[in-house]
Amino acid sequence: MTTTTPPAAVGAQQTDGGTTRASRVRKRLNSRTATLVAIVIAVVWTIPTFGLFVSSFRPEPLLKTTGWWTFFQDPQFTLKNYQDVLFGQSASSGQLANYFVNSLVITLPSVLFPLAFAALAAYALAWINFRGRDWLYIAIFALQIVPLQMALVPLLSFFSRGVNLGGVTLLPAWNLDGAQNFAQVWFAHTCFALPFAVFLLHNFISQLPKDLMEAARVDGATHPKIFRTIVLPLVAPALAAFAIFQFLWVWNDLLVALIFAGGSDVTAPLTVRLAELAGTRGNEWQRLTAGAFVSIVVPLIVFLSLQRYFVRGLLAGSVKG
Amino acid sequence: MNFDFADQAPKLMMLLWGLVAFAVVVGGLLFVLDAVPSFFARRREAQLVAASASGAPLPRRPKQREGFFALFFLMPTVLLLLIGLVVPAIRTTLLSFMDGSSQNWVGLDNYRWMFAEDAIVRVLLNTLVWVTLVPLAATAIGLIYAVLVDKARLEAVAKSLIFMPMAISFVGAAIIWRFVYAYRGEDQEQIGLLNQIVVSLGGEPRQWLLDSPLNTLLLIVIMVWIQAGFAMVVLSAAIKSIPADIVEAARLDGVSPWQMFWQITMPSIRPALIVVVVTISIATLKVFDIVRTTTNGNYDTSVIANEMYNQAFRYGQNGQGSALAVFLFVLVVPIVIFQIRNLRQQRREG
Repeated sequence: MTTTTPPAAVGAQQTDGGTTRASRVRKRLNSRTATLVAIVIAVVWTIPTFGLFVSSFRPEPLLKTTGWWTFFQDPQFTLKNYQDVLFGQSASSGQLANYFVNSLVITLPSVLFPLAFAALAAYALAWINFRGRDWLYIAIFALQIVPLQMALVPLLSFFSRGVNLGGVTLLPAWNLDGAQNFAQVWFAHTCFALPFAVFLLHNFISQLPKDLMEAARVDGATHPKIFRTIVLPLVAPALAAFAIFQFLWVWNDLLVALIFAGGSDVTAPLTVRLAELAGTRGNEWQRLTAGAFVSIVVPLIVFLSLQRYFVRGLLAGSVKG
Repeated sequence: MNFDFADQAPKLMMLLWGLVAFAVVVGGLLFVLDAVPSFFARRREAQLVAASASGAPLPRRPKQREGFFALFFLMPTVLLLLIGLVVPAIRTTLLSFMDGSSQNWVGLDNYRWMFAEDAIVRVLLNTLVWVTLVPLAATAIGLIYAVLVDKARLEAVAKSLIFMPMAISFVGAAIIWRFVYAYRGEDQEQIGLLNQIVVSLGGEPRQWLLDSPLNTLLLIVIMVWIQAGFAMVVLSAAIKSIPADIVEAARLDGVSPWQMFWQITMPSIRPALIVVVVTISIATLKVFDIVRTTTNGNYDTSVIANEMYNQAFRYGQNGQGSALAVFLFVLVVPIVIFQIRNLRQQRREG
């Protein structure tokens, strides 16, 4: 790519330990190109976010008529966009503070429930002997590939109409109203998260040392006791990894929220509201820029502060297979 | 200011209920699991004491009933999976053979419609383009970057920059990129970065998201932007786990970085590469948010997941929506089988 090294230089390289001039030049050029390519990728990956971030602090007229890069020649700074989009009076302004609360209310239980249920299930699948254990694990594992699209229509009708079989009502409709609709979203998120959660936690829990478990059993500890006092503390990093996954997934989800929380301002999360603003007011960049950052900031903080656990979970969930 | 805490009270109340429910369910479950065995243990103790006092033969030690525990540990998960995933998936499959109102059986009509309607064929083709390009591009970029920054200075920071989009929602990413693609008339100053670049190179600004098929490619860029970080992290870990002596031996043999990459790195990280490609493919098949937020599926950009949502939840065509969902599932299956086969092969070799 850079210089063609004459064969003689290759011979020379071996005699004096790879420090001939030609090879040194080539090496340096190689590492230069490498650095350059890496920097280009890094810049392309960060610029779009950066541009939006800068824009969110520019006054509306400027934002709509000039590019964000002119900010550095003519720095005008305002927090008005954020004030408007969070607390604005008019219905079109976003009122994101309200939706922010909704996102929070949706996310917390949607993380906790699958976390606890999956931990229990993963322990049973790894350390309790019962008939059909392997089959059950394979079944749960296989459910990971069912796209959640497969479940949406029937699950929605399950909430709104209950379950009827041959004219007999097996389960009544939920008949939720206003803020109660959150329960639907929690339920849906919990169900959809479980296969992956069980799989991920099982990867960790099944690798705990066998001797430890047997020693505890010999000491007369029951399964619930082992689960609480030995397993949970030991797999805390795995629990954290799943919690971060699920947090990011739920906070950033649009599809499930759109269907089960609806568009009402009582239950819809930030993503739904933002998608709506982007659809109906696609050119109101003073709202969209600030709004996007309101929705990004929480996952970003969680992500950056807990990246270590996240990466560990990612690797355990994908590579160990 | 228009933020009324009174408005938030019912929601926070609901959140409180949710958390209380969590505490009651999980705490209750653990309590029952703790209390029941210890109750039996105490009763047995009493029996033993009574037996030894009366001189009667000691009762035999009852067999530990593991199944009982397993039942309780697994009950919530199994129940929820049945109600929330298994039964609905079966029902969706059935609905795909029924009409829009889910009243009458229509046989294969919905599937015929899928492959006959031009608009839907377009959707299927778009999905095909997505699922070919995104995994390739994202994996390639992730791999190149992982190799380049490996052992470089500031490696952690460099990786975080690429990885960060993973934390951003698809909706947020779509807005970020819509801003890059933003259009202003020729006589105005551009506010979108892409048009600004085009203009400063002497071109004319374009409405990027309106022209098919270029718009689909521009949407694909967004997905690649999000997924490359995932590919980079997994592949970087795989590269780091290549045994040092192999790398050292190759270096002593005087291989060039290029040879090193193709003959040492690539074969060593093959399993991780497959996992990355498969994972990104599956995620791409289900892509919905990006298309919905940028173009709402207009201008020939729709994909299966978006069309499924439209049919089932906007047009009330449950049958057609279900058929699309089933088709999505059918597309995922071969990918997963491919991965499982690979894993098996790997285990046999390992």
